[in-house]
Amino acid sequence: MSITTPEAVLTYDEVMANFDPVLGLEVHVELGTNTKMFCGCPTEFGADPNTQVCPTCLGLPGSLPVVNAVAVESAIRIGLALNCSIAEWCRFARKNYFYPDMPKNFQTSQYDEPICFEGYLDVEVETDEGMRTFRVEIERAHMEEDTGKTSHQGGATGRIHGADYSLVDYNRAGIPLIEIVTKPVAGTGKYAPQVAKAYVAALRELLRGLGVSDVKMEQGSLRCDANISLRRSPSDPLGTRTETKNVNSLRSVERAIRYEMTRQAAVLQSGAKVTQETRHWHEDTGVTTSGREKSDAEDYRYFPEPDLVPIAPSREWVEELRAALPENPAVRRARVQSSWGISDFDMAAVVNSGALDLVEATVAEGADQAAARKWWLSELARTANERGVELIDLPITPADVARVEALVVAGTLNDKIARQVIEGVLAGEGSPDDVVAGRGLGVVSDDGPLLAAIDEALAASPDVAEKIRSGKVAAAGAIVGAVMKSTRGQADAGRVRALLLERLGVAE
Amino acid sequence: MSDTPSITRDDVASLARLARIDLAPDTLDHYAEQLAQILGAVAQVSEVAADDIPPMSHPLPLVNVFREDVVRPGLSNAEALSGAPSVESDRFRVPRILDEE
Repeated sequence: MSITTPEAVLTYDEVMANFDPVLGLEVHVELGTNTKMFCGCPTEFGADPNTQVCPTCLGLPGSLPVVNAVAVESAIRIGLALNCSIAEWCRFARKNYFYPDMPKNFQTSQYDEPICFEGYLDVEVETDEGMRTFRVEIERAHMEEDTGKTSHQGGATGRIHGADYSLVDYNRAGIPLIEIVTKPVAGTGKYAPQVAKAYVAALRELLRGLGVSDVKMEQGSLRCDANISLRRSPSDPLGTRTETKNVNSLRSVERAIRYEMTRQAAVLQSGAKVTQETRHWHEDTGVTTSGREKSDAEDYRYFPEPDLVPIAPSREWVEELRAALPENPAVRRARVQSSWGISDFDMAAVVNSGALDLVEATVAEGADQAAARKWWLSELARTANERGVELIDLPITPADVARVEALVVAGTLNDKIARQVIEGVLAGEGSPDDVVAGRGLGVVSDDGPLLAAIDEALAASPDVAEKIRSGKVAAAGAIVGAVMKSTRGQADAGRVRALLLERLGVAE
Repeated sequence: MSDTPSITRDDVASLARLARIDLAPDTLDHYAEQLAQILGAVAQVSEVAADDIPPMSHPLPLVNVFREDVVRPGLSNAEALSGAPSVESDRFRVPRILDEE
């Protein structure tokens, strides 16, 4: 898609031999409130353009904002879950800029008085020395409103550059957002991309646990801007950073940071300076391209919002919310891990692929934990990857997976057929039982047809039959294979083998 | 803030650009002088404000004015777009963005 000349990059090893990376992550979370931040408009995703709007979110003269109580409550709960302090008193501020995604010519945000500040989130990353915990310090989490959606028309690329004009839909304008900003994250060394990914994954898990957002990266309800800078040595001051936007999946977080590190390193090694700018991540080509340069055009002239009174959450309210927080994800992980009896490595694989809720729910539906993990982390993870979606967005439920597994345990399905059933569910053919019935699947467990197939296979290969009879049990594989083929894989191979040996009067 | 505030010709030019106000170059000194006078008048307040008086951003002694999270009727698509100078595909049509520099 991008038509710019590829920029020079170093290999990752070259980057790490010469530089020390420092990360910074800004995550925007769209809250799952019924209404917008400052007006009573609904927040449904996918509504017709400009049908969830009112004078307030369209910035019409005379309209006044009123703060959504649930949004404030959600902000405080997020702050508490991130070990933040909660401001005793804070205000909204106007962030002034001219861009048609905000009809007011400003975004109502918070500036120097965020509602939550000074927290942390611990994340686990697999290193050469085993699992290691990295503490990501949170600078602040503040409340603001989302912007409208612009689509650029004309031009070759659908991007801003070259567009003839833009169309704007304000349904999203005013939806409550929480922006969570980390402090510079140093000391990750070569694990910077993994730490960033693990942070976003852990944050998503935490937010989902709080029930404050549906945290769907591909729908934009969780968005990540990744800041990265390089310096020659950890004792040097911070280098010039770039901010990469459009990082819309966990995988992209890791890839975008890795790419940007290799690009910046090439710039620095050539003796040039990194330009402080916004860059765009391109999922398809795996590169970032230059967006706008940060300049004084980004002087937002913040000032306190005169149309809104300050927010002063009482300590009683804050403590009430703290007491009602769900189980801390780290505590929950430890509990789940010990009840499943699995290694740190296996547990991290579950968590970092965003599968913890799904696997736990599958286990709750009766599946064995190992089987539940196997389905979600192999077959389903592969499909999610192919489709470019998150596991939770696949059209299959934990109950479906548990049902498939139950059919495997009961011997109704073998592993191969079970995968076909999963495939059918994912293709929208209904529940696992619907797929089994619809596709005529199911293991042939009636010995009659199996024996007939065995006899047929033996008759077709009398020499092999003779070998087996003479005690060369290893040759049985050929006949079993032929039977599996003639039954289109719908037989239980173990049963076929047993029947075959019995038929020929040979002991295993 | 007890120092006399100053505002330069360059400050005015920069602010005008940020606010998308097209000021003729020969008026910049004029506005710089006027704005400096206004800032000077406002600065007198800080001579009165002691450390025990918190800064005020709002005249009302109110905090925590909230709204229940309940959907209220808004505008239809036609109503929302009724004042728009240009409309396409149920959306506001606006001139190309960026490139203004």
